[in-house]
Amino acid sequence: MSDNNVRKVAINTTINGQEMDILVDPYVSLLETLREVVGMTGTKEGCNDGNCGACTINIDGRIVDSCLVLGVEAEGKNIETVEGMATPEGLHPLQQAFLEEAALQCGICTPGFLVSAKALLDNEPKPSEDRIRHWLAGNLCRCTGYDKIVKAVKKASD
Amino acid sequence: MHPFNYYDPKTVDEAVEILKKFGDKAKCLAGGTDVLVQTRGERYELDAIVDVKKIPELTSVEWTQDHLVIGAATPCYVLYEDQKVSEAFPGIIDSASLIGGIQIQSRASLGGNLCNASPSADGICSLIVHDAECVIAGPNGVREIPVEDMCVGPGKNALGEGEFLVSIKIPLKNSTFSASYERFIPRNEMDIAVAAVASSVSLENGKISSCRIALAAVGPTPIFAEEASQMLIGKEPTEENIKNASNKAKEIASPISDMRGTVEHRKDLIEVLTRRTLSKAVERVGV
Repeated sequence: MSDNNVRKVAINTTINGQEMDILVDPYVSLLETLREVVGMTGTKEGCNDGNCGACTINIDGRIVDSCLVLGVEAEGKNIETVEGMATPEGLHPLQQAFLEEAALQCGICTPGFLVSAKALLDNEPKPSEDRIRHWLAGNLCRCTGYDKIVKAVKKASD
Repeated sequence: MHPFNYYDPKTVDEAVEILKKFGDKAKCLAGGTDVLVQTRGERYELDAIVDVKKIPELTSVEWTQDHLVIGAATPCYVLYEDQKVSEAFPGIIDSASLIGGIQIQSRASLGGNLCNASPSADGICSLIVHDAECVIAGPNGVREIPVEDMCVGPGKNALGEGEFLVSIKIPLKNSTFSASYERFIPRNEMDIAVAAVASSVSLENGKISSCRIALAAVGPTPIFAEEASQMLIGKEPTEENIKNASNKAKEIASPISDMRGTVEHRKDLIEVLTRRTLSKAVERVGV
């Protein structure tokens, strides 16, 4: 135990369009906050040090590694996670393309790839293969060898 | 991990107060891409993390009469998505656009890269060859130091107690100036430099009137290769002159052998990268 008097912080944030008030420990990552406090476990923990991109989420239109953001930093932000991609009408075109192209095996990296790729296609509807590969360099996959993922993103953009 | 409290000062003075109060039990948080990993890895035992991003000066990009002033916590993407900055300082953009991947660039800043003082930092050499200065605030007011004096050892910076980096000032140059940064990594992206070089030149009447060369990952800090830079002043940017300066840069490099590369490999890389970045900087100036 620490002699440092650490106080929980109340924050107001919007996750996948839903505004919420949550109470977080100030030293806890946004990744842990999403998974353990909010209960949204779609965002995965891979390396927990900013190398693998499995925990990628979108904050105010920019993708970030949520393991490298503190939960308290979510105050006033607009956050999108993988849970916000599908609608009651069906899967997001990227999710559908990942299924059709078999762009996943173990699945741990998949939510991160989907959130990253969505941010790309939201801004650049027709990216080149080079552009897709460059954009996804911060997402690691140890199963697929990337080709299927790149193909799926390409398919979703067509 | 040692639990810490979160502070988000809105002014420079407020930040100095908090940093002074907690001393070495506090660290600034800009993008967090280094400091949160290090804190989690128990390199520090912090009582306070001071998020400086809510201080307006820390995230602004401003053009004054003589300088481009980049707030220390400005994320890399802000720089490379800014057309005016990109056109004026392609050498800075070389660095900003290859620190980490897209996710990291949404958060990481040149100021944070500088304070983290890694010998292999991608941002520092570019700042050195642009004659950049650090604007540092602390209990005794504001002081400025050249960027090359900021790193004093691996992971150690020149900030005193209660001090923090507010902004980086890059002197404005005319169109006879340009710069370039290049690193060697075994992958295409997302890796730590085995060796890296930034070079800048000004060309007047076909001759080099100013030159700065800086080397990364070949010493305990990024190195300003002053002697190599001086060799080109007053000379034409011929292949032979550039080759001579590159060989001098290779002599100045004092790398270690580790998992990323050997001493010999790194020294060879410095020669090649110095040649390439000098040529690129000359090419960017145009005629």
